[in-house]
Amino acid sequence: MAMLAPSIEQTGAGPRRWLHVLLWNFSRVLMITRREVVDMFRDWRIVVPTLILTVLFPYIANWGAGRMLSWLNQYDAQLIGERLIPFLLMVVGFFPSSFSLIIALESFVGEKERRSLEPLLATPLTDAQLYMGKMLSSTIPPLSGSLVGIAVYLFGVNRSINWSPPPVLLIQILLLTALQALVMVAGAVVVSSQSTSVRAANLLASFIIIPMSFLIQAEAFIMFLANYYVLWWFIIGLAVVLALLVRMGVHTFSREELLGRELDEFNLLETAKSWVKLTLARRPKEQRRTVWRWYRDEVLGVIWRFRLEMLVLMIALGAAYYIGMQYADVFRIPPELFHLQNFEQRFQDSMEQLGLSGSKGILLIVGQNVRVMAVASLLAVFSFGVLMVIILMVPIALSSFLVTQMLGAGIDPLGTFATLIPHIVLEIPAVVVAGAAALRLGAIVISPPPDKTLGQSWLGALADATRVWLAFVLPILLLAAIVEINVTPRIVGWFLGPG
Amino acid sequence: MIETHDLTKQFDGFVAVEGVNLNVEAGEVLALLGPNGAGKTTTVRMLTSILKPTRGTARVAGYDVVAQPEQVRAHVGVLTENHGLYLRMKAREYLYFFGELCGLDKPAQHRRAEELTERFGLLGALDRRLGEYSKGMRQKLALVRSMLHDPPVLLLDEPTSAMDPFSARQVRDAIAELRGDGRTIVLCTHNLPEAEELADRIAIIRRGKIIALGTELELKSELLGPPLIELQLAQNLDGVVENLSDIVQVESQGDAWLCYRTMQPEIVNPQVVQRIVSQGMQIISLGRVVRSLEEVYLRVVESDDAL
Repeated sequence: MAMLAPSIEQTGAGPRRWLHVLLWNFSRVLMITRREVVDMFRDWRIVVPTLILTVLFPYIANWGAGRMLSWLNQYDAQLIGERLIPFLLMVVGFFPSSFSLIIALESFVGEKERRSLEPLLATPLTDAQLYMGKMLSSTIPPLSGSLVGIAVYLFGVNRSINWSPPPVLLIQILLLTALQALVMVAGAVVVSSQSTSVRAANLLASFIIIPMSFLIQAEAFIMFLANYYVLWWFIIGLAVVLALLVRMGVHTFSREELLGRELDEFNLLETAKSWVKLTLARRPKEQRRTVWRWYRDEVLGVIWRFRLEMLVLMIALGAAYYIGMQYADVFRIPPELFHLQNFEQRFQDSMEQLGLSGSKGILLIVGQNVRVMAVASLLAVFSFGVLMVIILMVPIALSSFLVTQMLGAGIDPLGTFATLIPHIVLEIPAVVVAGAAALRLGAIVISPPPDKTLGQSWLGALADATRVWLAFVLPILLLAAIVEINVTPRIVGWFLGPG
Repeated sequence: MIETHDLTKQFDGFVAVEGVNLNVEAGEVLALLGPNGAGKTTTVRMLTSILKPTRGTARVAGYDVVAQPEQVRAHVGVLTENHGLYLRMKAREYLYFFGELCGLDKPAQHRRAEELTERFGLLGALDRRLGEYSKGMRQKLALVRSMLHDPPVLLLDEPTSAMDPFSARQVRDAIAELRGDGRTIVLCTHNLPEAEELADRIAIIRRGKIIALGTELELKSELLGPPLIELQLAQNLDGVVENLSDIVQVESQGDAWLCYRTMQPEIVNPQVVQRIVSQGMQIISLGRVVRSLEEVYLRVVESDDAL
């Protein structure tokens, strides 16, 4: 008979039991990992590229670095060579680790496609053991390849040009390589659980490849600037994304999700119908509601459900305000720039030039706000909401920077804040609500409700966001634009004009 | 050993299994018959704690499929619809791997792998890679895998499909033997003669619902009427039908044969023989008309279609 976790009689209570259970779980994880790794090394399609990337490529990189260095020295451009060598250290580490994505997709969805997953799912393994086993098996071989590649490269550059990396940089590169591999594997698990064929998984993998390629470009930029301290921020960011992806992966890597999905069928029309139905939030006829009741339940009620997201956003916006204030002390604007002759007229002229007058101006402001929020919402979906928060923080930081400068220039505080009233009262709350809806869209994929699939949860969140946008955000943004065109210039003129 | 109550599974609004109530005892073989997509595999997956029921409950070997999934899987051996073997592995490695996952120690892994492969004629191929195995060999190895940890409950999906007649016989004998050991077996199959041969009870599932459940005899009686008996005489019937009218009602007849139905052949048949012999007539044969499970199955499906 199959053996289950050690009982309390076998292990005793307290920390000893905890350790026993942990080791027992780990031994089960390793069973999966061992088999997968051995199986992987029987596949020449994995072995050959891994060998090339771990041994041959670092050798070529090393040789290339040496040649490049001597060529650059002829033109007194040693600096480029100096920056190139650590950059190549990062590259030789990343190339083999990038294989983890392919291995993970093959390991999870390949097994699903070959139908060899079900016998494994029918064993007494828990979902977490299976997830960890497969995650480790997809990470260990490419990561080992990265370490070998880094070692080969370092050995080579040390012998040829006597270069060794500073220990902190080496630690940063090792951490970045490991985290990138883990992020790709964790992302691949999520992608795999949503697809039933390797083909579909490869297409969906662009959700991992594209952000990862941006990240590598940014890292390359930092490496060439030799501003290595910034790499710590990349490490922290990757660690956060990894935690989110693992959280999401643990949820999606369940037997139910893996076997419940038989087809990658996507019916656009049906999905659109469901979206409209969910957005309208109509209930059966026997529960007919008045318009106000519907608005209260389905718009204000949903906004109330976003309270946690709104709190997160407000904290982030508060932080942005603080950052803007801090930078106002660092970069000062000459006070005389705020005391212009004939300010009111000049302000009006500028508004005219920008087209910010009349109904055209209203549409322009609403259009701009909608465009920014739409882009931010889209980015939220791909970044668990993180990029959207950053985008929304930027104008707040800029506003706070300007307000602090204005106050520093001796402009009446009441007047300064009066100019901000339409933003504070109307625009910012609307943006916070829209941002919270987008944050929910990005975050719901991390932890969908247990009784719903990822797709159902996301569609529900999209419908909520659409309803809130149409019935709350857009009218308020419109009102804000009307105020900004018709009232704000007068307030600005009133307070700043006489100066 | 297996108890389900109102077991139901829905996928995105599609009802795959609905209100299945089953009770399978230890030492019993239940055949689950049904067309493709009827809900057999989903039922098996719920009984293995791979899928969670949307509604209803199920207990396997005394464990709840939702609350105690690991315990359930530890007590169940599953032969899945697709064997899903790792083709680059050797059969020995494969079986040791699954043995280890099921918690068998090394000596037990070795012993069980050799015992079972010998039983199914695979011992000589234990060190061959699974990619080199024929379809039938793969099927047998998957069956061996499901039996490795000696589970009290076996859920077998098409256990003899793709097998040659000799291998299929080996598997059927093994199933009969396992039943004798007191194991509970659920057999999902399209092979009606096999179900007829092995199953103590038969459940016919269609569109996710059990539409017929009972022993072979019960189903045949219920759907095809009482057993049909055929009597063949050496000469023409000449007054035989009238002579037997107080014992049986003749359903059909020819020059020298007749058919009748009875629920108690052990009582009625000797009376019929006695009456015929006392008339001085000679009997060539007296026996049940063979009615296949296929007839039952088709009848059930047709009547379900008519609903």
